[in-house]
Amino acid sequence: MIELDVNGKKQSVDAAPDTPLLYVLRDHLAMNGAKFGCGLGQCGACTVMVDGDAVFSCLTPVAVLAGRKIKTVEGLGTIENPSPLQRAFIDEQAAQCGYCIAGMIMRAQALLEKNPSPSDAEIRRHMMPNLCRCGTQMRIFRAVRRAAQAMQAGAVPDRGRA
Amino acid sequence: MKARSLLVGLAMSVATAGVLITPVSGDTPAAPAGKRAFDATVIARGAQLSAIGNCATCHTRPGGQSFAGGLALETPFGVIYSTNITPDVETGIGAWSESDFLRAMHDGVDRNGRNLYPAFPYDHFARVTDDDVNAIYAFIMTRDPVRATVPANRLAFPMNFRPMLSAWKALYLEKGVYRPDPDRSAEWNRGAYLVEGLGHCGACHTPRNAMGAETKDLYLGGGEAEGWHATAINASSPAPVPWTVDQLTRYLRQGWDDQHGHAAGPMTPVAHELAEVPEADIRAMATYLLAVMGRKEPAAMRAVAPGRDESRVQSGAAIFAGTCAGCHDEGASAISSIRTVPLAQTTSIHAPDPRNVLHIVLEGIWPEPGEKGVVMPGFEGALTDEQLASLLAYVRVHFANRPPWPDVSRQARDIIQHKNENER
Amino acid sequence: MNSHDAERHALSRREFLAASGALIIGFSLASSSLRAQNSPGPKLPGSLDRNPMLDSWIRIDADGSISVFTGKAELGQGVKTALIQIAAEQLYVPPQRIRLITADTRQTPDEGYTAGSNSMKDSGTAIMNAAAQVREILIARASERLGVAADRLKAQDGAVVTDDGRRLGFGELVGDSLTRVRADGQSKLKDPVTYSVVGKAMPRVDIPAKVTGGAAYVQDLRLPGMVHARVVRPPSYVARLRELQTAAVEKMPGVLKVVRDGSFVAVVAAHEFEAIQAMRALAAAARWDERATLPDQADLYSYLQRLPADNIIDLDRQASPSPGVRSLEASYRRPYQMHGAIGPSCAVGLFKDGALTVWTHSQGVYPLRQSIAEMLHLPDDRVQCIHVEGSGCYGHNAADDAGADAALIARAFPDRPVRVQWMREQEHLWEPYGPAMLTTAKAALDSAGNIVAWDYEVTSNTHSMRPGGAGNLLPAWHLASPFAPAAPKPIPLPEGGGDRNAIPYYRLPSARVVHRFVPAMPVRVSALRALGAYMNVFSIESFIDELAQAAGADPVDFRLRHLDDPRARDVVSLVASRFGWSSYTRAPGRGRGFAFARYKNLGAYIALALEVDVNRERGSVRVMRAVAAVDSGQAVNPDGIRNQIEGGIIQSSSWTLHEAVEFDRIAIRSADWSRYPMLRFPEIPESIDVHVIDRPGQPFLGTGEAAQGPTAAAIGNAIAYATGARIRELPFDRTRIKGAIGL
Repeated sequence: MIELDVNGKKQSVDAAPDTPLLYVLRDHLAMNGAKFGCGLGQCGACTVMVDGDAVFSCLTPVAVLAGRKIKTVEGLGTIENPSPLQRAFIDEQAAQCGYCIAGMIMRAQALLEKNPSPSDAEIRRHMMPNLCRCGTQMRIFRAVRRAAQAMQAGAVPDRGRA
Repeated sequence: MKARSLLVGLAMSVATAGVLITPVSGDTPAAPAGKRAFDATVIARGAQLSAIGNCATCHTRPGGQSFAGGLALETPFGVIYSTNITPDVETGIGAWSESDFLRAMHDGVDRNGRNLYPAFPYDHFARVTDDDVNAIYAFIMTRDPVRATVPANRLAFPMNFRPMLSAWKALYLEKGVYRPDPDRSAEWNRGAYLVEGLGHCGACHTPRNAMGAETKDLYLGGGEAEGWHATAINASSPAPVPWTVDQLTRYLRQGWDDQHGHAAGPMTPVAHELAEVPEADIRAMATYLLAVMGRKEPAAMRAVAPGRDESRVQSGAAIFAGTCAGCHDEGASAISSIRTVPLAQTTSIHAPDPRNVLHIVLEGIWPEPGEKGVVMPGFEGALTDEQLASLLAYVRVHFANRPPWPDVSRQARDIIQHKNENER
Repeated sequence: MNSHDAERHALSRREFLAASGALIIGFSLASSSLRAQNSPGPKLPGSLDRNPMLDSWIRIDADGSISVFTGKAELGQGVKTALIQIAAEQLYVPPQRIRLITADTRQTPDEGYTAGSNSMKDSGTAIMNAAAQVREILIARASERLGVAADRLKAQDGAVVTDDGRRLGFGELVGDSLTRVRADGQSKLKDPVTYSVVGKAMPRVDIPAKVTGGAAYVQDLRLPGMVHARVVRPPSYVARLRELQTAAVEKMPGVLKVVRDGSFVAVVAAHEFEAIQAMRALAAAARWDERATLPDQADLYSYLQRLPADNIIDLDRQASPSPGVRSLEASYRRPYQMHGAIGPSCAVGLFKDGALTVWTHSQGVYPLRQSIAEMLHLPDDRVQCIHVEGSGCYGHNAADDAGADAALIARAFPDRPVRVQWMREQEHLWEPYGPAMLTTAKAALDSAGNIVAWDYEVTSNTHSMRPGGAGNLLPAWHLASPFAPAAPKPIPLPEGGGDRNAIPYYRLPSARVVHRFVPAMPVRVSALRALGAYMNVFSIESFIDELAQAAGADPVDFRLRHLDDPRARDVVSLVASRFGWSSYTRAPGRGRGFAFARYKNLGAYIALALEVDVNRERGSVRVMRAVAAVDSGQAVNPDGIRNQIEGGIIQSSSWTLHEAVEFDRIAIRSADWSRYPMLRFPEIPESIDVHVIDRPGQPFLGTGEAAQGPTAAAIGNAIAYATGARIRELPFDRTRIKGAIGL
């Protein structure tokens, strides 16, 4: 059994230590946010946060996650009460098929927690590992900027619920 | 600071000896030469030579126009910005004549006679024939002019005082175009000419002294570039599998060899540029470099006992199994579409310096957007400093049969911090 | 009026009648709620023609809840939201009151495939008319019950109300009024001037769940007792399994079964990662016999040109010869390109009591069901296919194949739901690609610089190998008793396949358009978004620019000179103005490019102008800004239109700048994103502005595929402007650009 801290909650999981976090989240914990896109660290659909950094959950075995704080999109907010970043994605209608979006949100969240007012170039560089095939990047970009502005104005650090 | 006091001392001695190197003033400004002024074959040859010299990489800042300068080069003496070498008359070198350009390449002075910093490796370009320099001139002068002023250098006194460099040159600048060795083959000589001259391999792959000059008796014995370790490419090469000319040629042209590993970090743009160069030239360079490396037997693979690192190595094994083995193991769990260079053979795990492995594990290897190429994701954030140290300890012991590197966590933190500072 | 005008008139008249007949014949129905069952009459609007029973489309329960059924599927294009808007508008209810059920063989109409940008035209039109008819029926019912004339009643917020405040909810009125009622396409549609929902940018109903980790995709389905499966695919197209020892894998942790049928190999395990590890072990243990059946990639285009082809004359109009003073010819090339869905295909199958249910993101649940039934030798009614959203598919990708995998494995492992997830490399290597194509354009200009003659030839494989038939399901090819793919067929005009948009929309006195249809398919191909229109519009709009240059004309003026349709002229003029076309000043390394097309010559109108930055030393190109104008007829959700066009521009930029499937003689080699790179964030433009021209009351023209072709041409035109180099082979990768620009 492995104990993980997911969005502030302790979860005990019966999974082999080399199981990638992605499958523990989806298969054992029935969570939908992190998605399978490639399993190779090339597309970012599986992006979650660990101790404040964006990581590929498809390549991070649970063996290295004991005692570390895992944050997923479910931990940022809910439909009824979305976080500033989730709110920004909804307001910008920043999705077409939406499959990449949870990963995009977590990648962006990691940036905004470290750098609340990133430049356009910084946002572009930071988001590089995440792919979007529908071509929603313009809206995703605007959503990140919008969230940065909202977080600045609110002067409330958006750390989600975790 | 040792270097400063040395330089100050030199300058004073130079001044009191009354030896002053008279600045040479440039020719009357030439009218900017258009394409029609140059022969197409000369321009094409200049393009290839410029690729070997890798002019574009230093003289272009990230996201900037080609050859317009502005790349920040960190040296132990401060930050130097590469110059705009487009043919723009006001902000570039559009007013430079052919002989102005030659003097810069051979003597390290600009058209006003001011000394140039040896971050521009004229100690190597002094080897290049006049003909070849003129071909590069033809190429450079037919690029698009870009109006761009570069930031001022940020060098501490006395390094910001250009005349000091006359003393540096007196000590370290060997003049004279490359002279072929009659006892060697044409190919060896061609390779030597290119490596010693335009290729300026020694500029990264040689350790430098306190004055920032290459240490002659450790030539090609390993150096530094942008926080990466430039491996020794002389007899001290740590490559466990001896290079063949074919392999080294392939590595230099395509950026990887399946028996040795991938070019990464500062070597990546070098390989990109060399891909444009005729194979015969690269082959010649490989021939020469192999001669420099000397005959080597494959490293004897004797297992190293982990000793006091045992528990670290064991936890590293578990981390490797879950994190890396999917791509880097050759057993049944490997992903069928991924082919990696066998880890045991990659030069970087055998090097005395862990920084290259750290860079690659933390940042991954990514081609330019839109380009095909190997993709290795980065693991910064996925592994803690401790886990990283354990992983590297395991890799060293298990794959390289060498003892773990010391101080890995600190060097990892330095790399991450440096990257974060530079991204702001 | 010359024959070209008549042709275009005919097109527009036909579409006008087909879609807007109901608009002009609008009268309310005061009495009987039953319609004559046996009136052949004119064609019913949209998909009503094929599914005429009203209760196929709309059901109102006694509690007043409203269900609307569509045979179309949400692909991420926002169709669910748009259809809800349409139904809500005609029923006078808030959109939140509508429950929309999509593509499900158990309960929705059969509307074929969600493809061709036809959802609004087919399903939107059907639902619009059905909802209007339902409203009228309910009002008629209320009129009877209340003794008030129907024209003094109105529908409001899910009820019928009188002007003195009496109210009867839909649920109270419906009874069984809707059963056995046939649509008649005669109902009075709401006047677009009064629209409160349609034409507004209503937020997408599916986005909130997608940004908060709600279950949204077939990949998120978790059914009780569900197990996980993976397929081991052959290493190349014709590889046959020679040897496979499965005993060791059967003993791996969690493994429940290894399935083997001929060269079809799969493994079922309790947990997902266990299935993956077992799959890898099986793959490593398998031995295959491979053969070289693919052409030499370096010789691809001459190889395609040499293959036998059927010549299909799409257009042959010879006006009296006008002296051409200048003629031009150019040929263009396009490689195989991939759908490349971010989420590899997935399906869940449950085989129980001799019946199979498949949850799938297929674009066509009815054809898939029929194909799977054939593959399993079951009657159709023992197979149900239920659409659940996948990641964007952009055409016929591996979704149907994954559904077939789930069916086969579920049959071998019955009574528990089996989830099959494709791996990245499987999707990359096995999905059917957009076909490689060659085109040649020739034209003659007269002394005034107008086009007098036009000759165009396009060589292409089929652009559709969709199931329809077990033979088009990939796993069926690998069974011990395999099914062979159906003989490929061209899609006839006006839709077209390889010749989609091969006929220019310009005024051309003499024109000949030939489609060389090549049946032999060395590489697996099928429908990729826009089908042949991507390449044909790229070719035509590049060539138009080359002709404009030869005529000494501005590219926008040249196009306007040859366009008669006012709606076409409107999008062109709007873009030129918003882009600042006539005031554009040259800057080093920068170029502007223009393109226009009407999708299929009967769909959405789009014009596009963009600016690129070309780095000639590196050969890299970046689209800096784009301005588009699109006319999709009555805009249902303008933001949905903008989203699709923005997305189409970026997707097409990626295809155009970077994408070509690589292969050697034995196998496809573009196994993942490292070998088949896609546009990434650092390359996205600084701005994309999409202007939607709304045409209230006009037929829906669709949107989803309008931008692909024009983007490619506009980029090519912009590169030519910036560098003087005209590149005619896709993609515009660095080597090609550097080669074209020279030193």
